[in-house]
Amino acid sequence: MIWLILIGVAAGVLGGLLGVGGGVLFVPGLVIVVGLTQHEAEATSLLAIVPVALVGAVRQNRYGNVRRDDALLAGVLSVAGVAGGVALANALSGTALRTAFAVLILLIAAQLVRKALRDESGRAAGDPLPRTGTSVRARGSE
Amino acid sequence: MTVSMPSERALKLMAIGTAAGLFSGLFGVGGGTVIVPLLVVWLGYGEREATGTSLAAIVFIAGFAAVVQGAYGNVHVLDALLVGIPAVGGVLFGTWLQQRVHVRMLSLLFAAVLVASAVELLLE
Repeated sequence: MIWLILIGVAAGVLGGLLGVGGGVLFVPGLVIVVGLTQHEAEATSLLAIVPVALVGAVRQNRYGNVRRDDALLAGVLSVAGVAGGVALANALSGTALRTAFAVLILLIAAQLVRKALRDESGRAAGDPLPRTGTSVRARGSE
Repeated sequence: MTVSMPSERALKLMAIGTAAGLFSGLFGVGGGTVIVPLLVVWLGYGEREATGTSLAAIVFIAGFAAVVQGAYGNVHVLDALLVGIPAVGGVLFGTWLQQRVHVRMLSLLFAAVLVASAVELLLE
């Protein structure tokens, strides 16, 4: 139980810091540390994401960063895609799904590195550190 | 907005929702990786608006996906709550911390954690 809470806190902190969604850490945490299967970990991650995204959305809405009509439309119209994605996940073997997920997080890692290096060159060109605007900058996690 | 037919904008939002839904359902993540860049490129969003709007859409997407996965019997509800609720506190702390630490180094560190996780998953 303590591991579950630690995974949650760690994923949340990193999500809030880096703007990377919680799911990217929930899933490997639930597989590697807790010992769920890849399918169970993904399914459980999805439910865990709901409160995180909800609180993030409420905060961002307060800062005027949410276009509610667009969010509602994209969210509600995702149903078919969701059903297809979940069906596909469940049609795959645990090994195939785990391998695909591993590739996904490798790509996300590459993207993070690229972004970090780009930010660095931006700063070198004389951009000030974006310290103003404080919490409006909050990216929240997925 | 006064449109009688599904506007191009609505169709784009539907495409974004569908793509994000597929991604989310397949990988067990929210889908922000897909939504944010598409809102920026297709609908001209700024990064903050894209992130905020993406979070709101994800409430629906992850919620639907959890329900469908629940029908397959894969969801561990108690585990999800034990992970998800502390994560809310973690996010609040993380966004506070964002203004106070060197995010670049952390990005690189986190990338290393992801690579290690990927290796572990591939070896499992």
